[in-house]
Amino acid sequence: MSIKKLLFMVVAFTLASAAAQAAPLRVGVEGAYPPFSWKEPDGTLKGFDIDVAYEVCKRLQRECVLVEQEWDGMIPALLSRKFDTIIASMSITEERKKKIDFTEKYYDTPPGIVAKKNAGFSQSNMAGKRLGVQRATTHQCTAEKMFPGAELVLYASQEEVFQDLASGRLDAQISDSLQASEGFLKQDMGKGFAFLGDMISDPGCQGVGAGFAVRKKDTLLRDAMSAIIKGMRDDGTYKILNDKYFEIDVYGK
Amino acid sequence: MDESDNRTFWEYLAYVSEHQSPLDFVLVWDHIDRFLWGTLLTLEITVIALILGGILSVPMAIARAYQHRWLNFPIWCFTYFFRGTPLLVQTYLVYYGLAQFDAVRESFLWDPILSSAWWCALIVFTLNTAGYTTEFLRGSIATTPSGEIEAARACGMSAWTTIRRIVLPSAFRRALPAYSNEVIFMLHSSVVLSTITLQDLLGAGRWLNGRYYLAYEGFVTAMLFYMVLVFIISRGFKFWEKHWLGHLRQREIEDEPVTLKAG
Repeated sequence: MSIKKLLFMVVAFTLASAAAQAAPLRVGVEGAYPPFSWKEPDGTLKGFDIDVAYEVCKRLQRECVLVEQEWDGMIPALLSRKFDTIIASMSITEERKKKIDFTEKYYDTPPGIVAKKNAGFSQSNMAGKRLGVQRATTHQCTAEKMFPGAELVLYASQEEVFQDLASGRLDAQISDSLQASEGFLKQDMGKGFAFLGDMISDPGCQGVGAGFAVRKKDTLLRDAMSAIIKGMRDDGTYKILNDKYFEIDVYGK
Repeated sequence: MDESDNRTFWEYLAYVSEHQSPLDFVLVWDHIDRFLWGTLLTLEITVIALILGGILSVPMAIARAYQHRWLNFPIWCFTYFFRGTPLLVQTYLVYYGLAQFDAVRESFLWDPILSSAWWCALIVFTLNTAGYTTEFLRGSIATTPSGEIEAARACGMSAWTTIRRIVLPSAFRRALPAYSNEVIFMLHSSVVLSTITLQDLLGAGRWLNGRYYLAYEGFVTAMLFYMVLVFIISRGFKFWEKHWLGHLRQREIEDEPVTLKAG
């Protein structure tokens, strides 16, 4: 086969696959953030984010390919086209918007601090305490800004943070309040732990809720998915998925 | 006048670095102290582990080389375990694995030692390097030229004196090139530290990437630091090899070929 012919075929194939709506939507997910996403022993992914991802694919009429990715490599992986969108509880912040683009929010819950019941310290008194946080989250930003005196301990996944909090290596941890309550406090591991003080308000670091992330040029996909979120809110699909996992409406105001 | 003309050179540089350069070097420079602290932690654990592991390995290597009746097999098991499994798995096993057991968490070892990532890492790294060092030191001892040992016997040295004064110094010297590899491998393996929350050199890079959602800057900077460290280490060993292994180097051939005259 001549080079020209080969080149032609490659170009034709690329154009054809770009045109076909049936091209699968590759979705970056984490799988270590229950109840939003977790992995069953048999390897299947479950959770609110996963259900939402499948619903989005269904409405886009595209096949869903879930791609698991460690959290601190999420944005680089999106930019290097390992997948087309991130549906993994990623908060919409100004800092991230420098690199990528977001749909409208699909849920919004505040961060909170978890420590032992009767921990003997408070949010205003965190100096010298070992504070666990997942690396590359909005909570890393909040922790550095609001608790500069605390000793920050960084982890690759939220599950590791909870493990070390339970084993006593950490004095406290900061993460999404809903995720902490469902994924830790209500589990066996979280016995004897509670939220330390009120939920935290830090719009600077936390942004305006979690959205689906896309590359900056993919405005079509972004707008289509924003419309889907609105559609799900309007026709009650959102409520069905929401009630499967949560007692409150996680969409927020 | 355009507002951009009022920028100082530093502001201009920061702008170029963030928007036009493939690598945001000003951001890296702003956080260079984290990389220096990271280097310190990397070196601290690597060096202490190498020293302790080195001390442990000498008696173990002697026992292995002379095939001690009781000790040979347990030490073989020890080195086989630490050389046969990945360092990352060993570290996870001690850091996350042991913490699962209530008995461990309530024991006297928990509070100062096993609850701290620093100690967990030091213990695992020490045993790991001891495993590797034992084996190549054993090889080096076992291959001591028999003439050197015969000469020592002929001089009336006892078995222990022979080991102490002849076998070990000779074995150490011949093990030096292999040991320089071990030191560099250990430095490379120390990236495992960042997976158990320690802010080593790679940890500093991952912190930077995580904080600013970057892909390359933290890794490239950490890589450059590692390269400098490896360069210094390998130059150091070159120098020592020249110094201690001088007697094993081939002599330079003289300019004039020697001609034998038929007598």
